[in-house]
Amino acid sequence: MFETDFTFNDLLFMLQGAGVTLAITFFAVTGGTLMGLAFGVLRASVRPWMTLPLVFVLDVFRSVPLLIQLILANAFQAIAGFGMSPFVTSCIVLALYTSAYCTEIVRGAIDAVPTVTRRAARSLGLTWGQDMTQIVFPMALRVALPSWIGLTLGVMKDSALVLWLGIFELLKSSQVLITRLQEPMFILLIAGGIYFMLSFPIARLGGHLERGWKEND
Amino acid sequence: MFNYTFQWRQAFRALPEMLEGALYTMQIAVLSMIIGIAIAVILAVGRNSSSRWLRAPATAWVEVARNTPALFQIYMAHFGLGSFGIYLSPYVALLAGITFNNAGYLCETFRGALRAIPDTQMRAGRSLGMGPAKAFRLIVMPQMFRIAFLPTMNQMVWAILMTSLGVTVGMAIDLTGVTQALNARTFRTFEFFAMAAIIYYLITKAVMLASRLVAWRLFRY
Repeated sequence: MFETDFTFNDLLFMLQGAGVTLAITFFAVTGGTLMGLAFGVLRASVRPWMTLPLVFVLDVFRSVPLLIQLILANAFQAIAGFGMSPFVTSCIVLALYTSAYCTEIVRGAIDAVPTVTRRAARSLGLTWGQDMTQIVFPMALRVALPSWIGLTLGVMKDSALVLWLGIFELLKSSQVLITRLQEPMFILLIAGGIYFMLSFPIARLGGHLERGWKEND
Repeated sequence: MFNYTFQWRQAFRALPEMLEGALYTMQIAVLSMIIGIAIAVILAVGRNSSSRWLRAPATAWVEVARNTPALFQIYMAHFGLGSFGIYLSPYVALLAGITFNNAGYLCETFRGALRAIPDTQMRAGRSLGMGPAKAFRLIVMPQMFRIAFLPTMNQMVWAILMTSLGVTVGMAIDLTGVTQALNARTFRTFEFFAMAAIIYYLITKAVMLASRLVAWRLFRY
């Protein structure tokens, strides 16, 4: 096990895969967060029954395995003749998946802002928009950020599933190397190490923020 | 745009086969939860212990389980162990991967629950003459399970969703595996996987509903 055919180029190949993982995560989380913000503000602002259709649709994204969502979306875009690349399809599916969780985070964070605070802001003559951006947003951010970091890391880990659509992200690159070099344990340990190094520091930061901010509340 | 005729009848005809697959999905999820809970309790005790030799491996398990993809963990069980000459079948590899993952997440859930139980509970048990193990088992653990019940059921839903990953290591008998086999035979990808998605949705909803009912029945007062 200590003699290996693993070369520097193979490591570069895997890091390239890690780059694809990060790119998908970036697009998915950016898109998902924007949608989640819009949906979350909507859910917190109007009466609950008005958003029931939206809640149902978002709930589907959380109740169906991501792998099946990816396969369905890929099949659908082929049927509909969109001609999207697997990369674009994966980003869209993961963005919707992210938005389903992000909506709940945003709504919970907005609900955590005391109603009296918002009434006070409106009484001082702030418009709804000013109240949202200058009062609610800073207060809600403290509540939402730790969960949002957790969500981002979750999406990064879940993005490994896009290998089923033939995208060469980190895990798929490792699989290719395993087939060629026949050293599964060694290569998977490297892949796991890369995932761990991407995820662990940020997870620690999230936990740190959560603890630190709680004390000041 | 739609240059395609949907063939739903084929998917409906395959329904019994897929439901049989769903039973295997449930079987793996339930088994992985039972074993996962048992390991998670041990890990939670280990992480809270004062001995470094117990704390380090438990912490390592939890951090690896939480900071790497579930699919990676399944790959590790299926391909990785091959380096040592251990070849797990897709079923065992999937079960091992999900159990590893469940144990890591549940450990943190249980630790959170343990923090919510006052120390006085343990001390009262000890004062009544129970040993530490007995007091933990009879006094602390039941309360821990009650506090952690709903998060645990959430993890159960995650476990059900994670079983779909088995198809990537060649699992052919669970719901996703059966669907993929049908798909390979007929190339009606959308119809079959839409059917599978509906079954998964109904299963997860049923589990959530059942857990809410049980929680309401057991914990109301």
